[in-house]
Amino acid sequence: MELLVRFLLGGLIVSLFAVISDGLRPKGFAGLFGAAPSVALATLTLTLLTDGKQYAALEARSMVAGALAFLAYALACVYLLAKKHFRAAPTTVAMLFVWGIFAFGGWALLSK
Amino acid sequence: MRIHVNLASLKRTQWHEYLTRFLLGGAITVATGLIAKYFGPVVGGLFLAFPAIFPSGATLIEKHERDKKRRAGIPHTIRGRLAAALDARGAAMGTVALAAFGVVVWRFLPLHNAAVILAAALAVWFVLAIFIWQARKWRVLPPHKPEG
Repeated sequence: MELLVRFLLGGLIVSLFAVISDGLRPKGFAGLFGAAPSVALATLTLTLLTDGKQYAALEARSMVAGALAFLAYALACVYLLAKKHFRAAPTTVAMLFVWGIFAFGGWALLSK
Repeated sequence: MRIHVNLASLKRTQWHEYLTRFLLGGAITVATGLIAKYFGPVVGGLFLAFPAIFPSGATLIEKHERDKKRRAGIPHTIRGRLAAALDARGAAMGTVALAAFGVVVWRFLPLHNAAVILAAALAVWFVLAIFIWQARKWRVLPPHKPEG
């Protein structure tokens, strides 16, 4: 039941931010919503209800490292799409490994 | 260009494209919860900023731009890829605001009302994202003047 609530809440919040992003122009400004805290809002809300504030705060601390990894990922995508003219779908999926390297690198630093 | 709402672009998006993002959003939220459960909140928290939805949004933008050019009689174009790059540039700016959202929740949540802190973090994200968007036009250095 908890997983179903998590799925529905996550889907709803992500869709809401996606609709807002689709309707905004210029495109670069709409892109800001590509990094909206939609999954974070859904997850933190449920975490607060089930595990409490301290647990949610710990998740938020790691989220900062995740956001900086997202920055590295987005910059890699900008370079490959704008300069190399690669196709969007394979580029944006393949570059997820950049996010992984930076996120877990950040996690390793936090764990020290 | 001024920030504005374009309802026509909403009409171009088909229902299955929204459904895809709903399913992806739901799936990543469930996955984040499971990762936190099995590996702890430090690893799980990383995935609160996982770009799960970004690839589908950028792909959609490329497709819409390519279709628009095809309808105008231009079959081969890189405009779609450039539009996706613009979207990625916007997302790169947004990540700084996303990190600020995380900092607000991390530092203030343990001591204050949870609903107030989540609302404040969302407000900080929104205001900072707009500020960064506006700041991209500012010149940090004066324009270069040739000597002589």
